[in-house]
Amino acid sequence: MSMDFSGTVSKGRKRKRGRSWTLLVPIYIFTLLFVFLPLIYMVYLSFMTKAEVWGFENRFTLENYKKILDPLYLRTFLNSLKLALISTLVNTAVGYPYGYFMAKLEKKKRDIMLLLVMIPFWTSELIRLNGWIIVFRSKGVLNLILEKAGLIDKPLKLLYNYQMVVFGMIYALLPFMILCVYSSVEKMDWKLVEAARDLGGNAAQAFLTVTLPMTMPGLLSGVVLTFIPSMGLFFVADLLGGNKIVLVGNVIQQQLTKGRNLPFAAALSVVLMILTSLFIAAYRRITKTDQLEGLI
Amino acid sequence: MKSKSRLPGIYLAVVTAISYVPIAVTIIYSFNHSKISSVWEGFSLEWYERLFSDADIFVSLRNSLILSVLVCAVSAVIGTLGALGVKRTNFRLNKVMAYFSSVPIMIPEIILGMVYLALFSFMNLPFGIVTLVIAHASFCIPYIYMMVSGRLFAMDPSIEEAARDLGASPFEVFRDITFPAILPGLLSGLLLSFAMSFDDVVISIFVTGPGFNTLPLKIYTRMKTGVTPEINALATLMILATTILILLSWKLNKTGDKAEEEK
Repeated sequence: MSMDFSGTVSKGRKRKRGRSWTLLVPIYIFTLLFVFLPLIYMVYLSFMTKAEVWGFENRFTLENYKKILDPLYLRTFLNSLKLALISTLVNTAVGYPYGYFMAKLEKKKRDIMLLLVMIPFWTSELIRLNGWIIVFRSKGVLNLILEKAGLIDKPLKLLYNYQMVVFGMIYALLPFMILCVYSSVEKMDWKLVEAARDLGGNAAQAFLTVTLPMTMPGLLSGVVLTFIPSMGLFFVADLLGGNKIVLVGNVIQQQLTKGRNLPFAAALSVVLMILTSLFIAAYRRITKTDQLEGLI
Repeated sequence: MKSKSRLPGIYLAVVTAISYVPIAVTIIYSFNHSKISSVWEGFSLEWYERLFSDADIFVSLRNSLILSVLVCAVSAVIGTLGALGVKRTNFRLNKVMAYFSSVPIMIPEIILGMVYLALFSFMNLPFGIVTLVIAHASFCIPYIYMMVSGRLFAMDPSIEEAARDLGASPFEVFRDITFPAILPGLLSGLLLSFAMSFDDVVISIFVTGPGFNTLPLKIYTRMKTGVTPEINALATLMILATTILILLSWKLNKTGDKAEEEK
């Protein structure tokens, strides 16, 4: 399955048929009412003044954006960006070879591997993180093993730090990368790689000139599907980072709940949205791909 | 191109083994008698008993199932009709609309949560099942739209034309030709939508109302409050259910493939 970003495939032969436009009514209404207008509303809110208790006053202000420039919040953005980049990079480094090797297995083994990837993929992220908490908590499995082995005297503090959040994020999102890469390697035309080898290229050259460009769409979807969520999955930082690690997602969540500051949450969201869009646009330009692929 | 290297096999085995550690640990500890310590204190079904007498969990499970089914129904109708409509018309706005409808899956979920919280308070919609269905549909419609649309545009238009020329009514053409062609796309879109909606935490947390807890929200609050062996039992059952569903859909796919090959 491949599709371009807007989801339309251009230049199909189209014929006008009398009332076909009625089919479009629901999706136009939904998109206008529940996607387009809310986004506009978010931008509008981000320029409004916070009300005393909850909500906002219709008074224009740049205060919310100025507040983001506060070193405290700037650092949060940098932290989140760093985390998303690391998580995307590691997922690419681990997931690409995984998907690639998997696609080259013989049919039977490949089916088994696919099944083994699918089970964590369809299992709730919360449940999978819960398993890691059992392993890493102070009275957890790992500390128990280390203590029994005589390597440590008292339990190590493994949970509630930045590294753990990074690890959790990578772990939560790896299946997305693997499946995206797998689906584009799987349908590759291996004759092209052979041709490159026949023409005198070595394995590395063949990979760089043929395989990599042909699997770029899969890699792009993998990057999109790992980078975007890593910017906003606040529960990973919440559960594995304790209250210490604060990411943009957590700040937005706190502003909406404890802080009761809707306009500031809106401004944070606007900036977050711009950041993610910029990242994806840059990535598309560099890799020259326009296709998303492998969304199962 | 047969390389005899064993490295790929080892690599796959190691990464897979690591990714199964939390799953294995969850299953093992759901049967552990001890509540806090990781020491094995004997096999016990205590946590399962507790789980089954926990009415709260069952209410939220029911809520989650109702929600996901509703979301799938709404998204299937809007997404499929939309894909058909875009194929059959050539409005300039279609491309803009398709772009905007895909925005919800292109931005971090937390933004959607924030946006819907603001919008629904502005609209004075009561928070609960209705707001949840709208919010979830926003990220399920694009999946279904894209998958159906991919199928539609891969279709040979001459088949539909031939059927019409042979006197089939528009409804018959849809029932006998178009629908079977888009069905695989629709089904995989539905499967993905169901899973995404059933597992969602980030958006649900902002648009749910008092008295309507979904299962992931329940699990999340329990996890935040501390050690919960009951959750291990619940997780084990969910992993089991997921595995059975995957095997089933796999089997169905396989028989489908075979039938196609035999043709």
